[in-house]
Amino acid sequence: MINFNKFYKLFNIISAFLILVSILLLFFKGLNFGVDFKGGTLIELRASDENVNVTSLRDSFNNMNLGDFNIKKFGNENDFLIKIEKKDRSPKSIEIIKKSLSIDLGNSFNFRRVENVGPKVSSELLKSGIIAIALSLAAMLFYIWIRFEWQFSLGAILALFHDVIITLGLFSLFSLEINLSIVAAVLTIVGYSMNDTVVIYDRVRENLRKFSDIKIFELTNISINETLSRTIITSVTTMLALVSIYLFGGEILKGFSLAMIMGVVFGTYSSIYIANPILVKLRVSQKTILKEEAD
Amino acid sequence: MLYFSKLRITLVALVTFFFIFIASSNFQDSSNSFVTKRINLGLDLRGGSYLLLEIDNEPIEIQKLQNTTTFIRNYLKEKNLIFTDLRIENKVIIFNTTEKDNEIIQSLFLDKESEINPYYNQYKSHQFDLIINKNEFKLTLSKYGLIEIKTSSQDQAIEIVRRRVDEIGTNEPNILKRGNNRILVELPGLDDPMRIKSLLGKTANLTFRFVTKKNNDTFGVETLQFEDGTNEALVSKRIILNGENLLDAQPQMNNQTNETIVSFTLDRVGAKRFGKATRAGIGKQLAIVLDGKIVSAPVIRDAIISGSGQISGNFTFQSATDLALLLRSGALPAPLNIIEERTVGPDLGQDSINAGVFALLIGFLLVVIFMFFKYKIFGLIANVTLLINLFLLVGILTIFEATLTLPGIAGIILTVGMAVDANVLIFERIKEETRNEKNNIIAFDTGYVKSKTAILDANITTLIAAIILFFMGSGPIKGFSVTLAVGIFTTLFSVYFIARMLTSLYVVKNKKKVNLI
Repeated sequence: MINFNKFYKLFNIISAFLILVSILLLFFKGLNFGVDFKGGTLIELRASDENVNVTSLRDSFNNMNLGDFNIKKFGNENDFLIKIEKKDRSPKSIEIIKKSLSIDLGNSFNFRRVENVGPKVSSELLKSGIIAIALSLAAMLFYIWIRFEWQFSLGAILALFHDVIITLGLFSLFSLEINLSIVAAVLTIVGYSMNDTVVIYDRVRENLRKFSDIKIFELTNISINETLSRTIITSVTTMLALVSIYLFGGEILKGFSLAMIMGVVFGTYSSIYIANPILVKLRVSQKTILKEEAD
Repeated sequence: MLYFSKLRITLVALVTFFFIFIASSNFQDSSNSFVTKRINLGLDLRGGSYLLLEIDNEPIEIQKLQNTTTFIRNYLKEKNLIFTDLRIENKVIIFNTTEKDNEIIQSLFLDKESEINPYYNQYKSHQFDLIINKNEFKLTLSKYGLIEIKTSSQDQAIEIVRRRVDEIGTNEPNILKRGNNRILVELPGLDDPMRIKSLLGKTANLTFRFVTKKNNDTFGVETLQFEDGTNEALVSKRIILNGENLLDAQPQMNNQTNETIVSFTLDRVGAKRFGKATRAGIGKQLAIVLDGKIVSAPVIRDAIISGSGQISGNFTFQSATDLALLLRSGALPAPLNIIEERTVGPDLGQDSINAGVFALLIGFLLVVIFMFFKYKIFGLIANVTLLINLFLLVGILTIFEATLTLPGIAGIILTVGMAVDANVLIFERIKEETRNEKNNIIAFDTGYVKSKTAILDANITTLIAAIILFFMGSGPIKGFSVTLAVGIFTTLFSVYFIARMLTSLYVVKNKKKVNLI
């Protein structure tokens, strides 16, 4: 048996620190929102001419007077991703870009993807993304409250907050782009982390019924150990799936799978080191669940 | 219990084969298979264009206010009611009246049978809200008055959009209302939406009006620019004819001048009016005005009574074709703005499919190998279950002809990773039980019973996340939530019906075996 509970305090301090840093990052550095949430234009280009590079593209775009833009390589050698921030653009602008590019650098371009999001739509998407995440947290809080006791519900929701905030903090730290698929990833993380917490909680509840003389501090440790092999195996299989999406699923899914990978790591960790210490702090005992069941 | 009736075994087998059959139809040529249903590929996989258009209702609102003001003026005059200072200020119609007529006018506006301020029974509201301050009346469009304007302009606009898209002839366009002032246009297979964007961006409001030189035209005059921007002309506001009277329009080549023109045919009313006006206006310039710009302004040489005519104006064949198309499909009630556009080229779509399927294969193999090494025979059972689970998932998506997107494929891969969780929970529990329980059958049964709540709770939480994503997400993300949600159901089915049957067959045969798992 591994004494997980020996490190409750230590990891709680580390978690609190990470959350604090994440919040500071989110507050001061902010998130790198993509065109979905900030509005603007995204173009994925493939050049068949091997002489085309970021510099030559940048020169050409500079001449177009499109305002702030950003060009980077995207996966394959000759694929480029261009983001233009200017929001109020006429529908003709893509055509203008195509023309100017062919004048400057020849006709070797294939516009593989064009996304153009107006400021109104982007703010709506951001709003609905935030609502979706808030709603899912509330739904989880409610569900666990019904299925377990409020102490469990509080523990589970704090674990979720922990996962979501630290994942977003990492996205802020590395300036990774936040787009619609990241919202999907965050929601899935919420589902996964919950899933993990619930399995351990289910065992805690079962053990609470079984043993009246074991303190919750010990009891959570027993429960974590009893479910440990399942926790590991499921994290491994989920991780295998996610890593194969990350490596082979193409550039578009990279951000999504990366967010999920972080989420699974933190979700697994928080089920053990956030969700359970909360039960200890709240002095959950056999009475807690028996009282509820008697009502 | 470990006993399964023959009926149940047959049913489960039938369901399984049915779904395998359905799922496999996706990989066959549709012409020679029984099942014609297919999973739809989303625009991100198949390539195509997604356009979200917003109707700019401002001009319609202003038009409505102007019309109402005129109507009020005539109506009150007719009834010999006194009013002064009738005007529009900031979208508010304002006028003053006298003590004497105040109540009568009030009742004219607030009566349910009001001719001047229509009452909508379904909304229990008038078209205009009335604010009375002593003898000053203020009218603003009510909430439902605005909704009425928006829905009717949306109805008209979607019709015109549909006609224009159909005229271009893309396959399977999807044109839907969004809210009460937006229209969603999905055009599969279209990788360059430039033409359709420019066609949808034009209101195509066509009018024929005389060019005048004097400023004292009774209908008023305005200065309009020529389309090529080189010149401008003073044009009467009197409209001789507008696009509504057009029956047909076609691009043509003028054999004499070798110029591309648009020829049009008018309906009977239009032909009559056009004939009368041209007869009276011989020698004058007739301006053909499209969306506030003069396309051309030829001099009338003869009365045109045939009901057909030509528009010339430095067209290329393409621009003449487009103009003819716009004229045929009619004018939009209000300008449309493209507020969101997402276009994926067909080769990127194919690349995404290839990458997604490859990632699915690798992910599946890795999970299968891991499970086999971890659980041996039970791992094999879990793997068979997982494979069937995939067929069930694909089969259900096929039956509902669901739309598969790239994030949707990610959802399937994630399902592969998370689906084994239920079996892992059960196997681990059985393992625990066998430590104290020598009878494998009892251990097996308790394992299933005791792991049930954890499995249910764990899956319901994921399902909750998927459902919220479905309702809040858009486009491709919706596809992810669908595969995730369907994956949960197929997982539970395959774990409790298929895996359980297979494992119990093994356990019954190995009742006494030590270290069952």
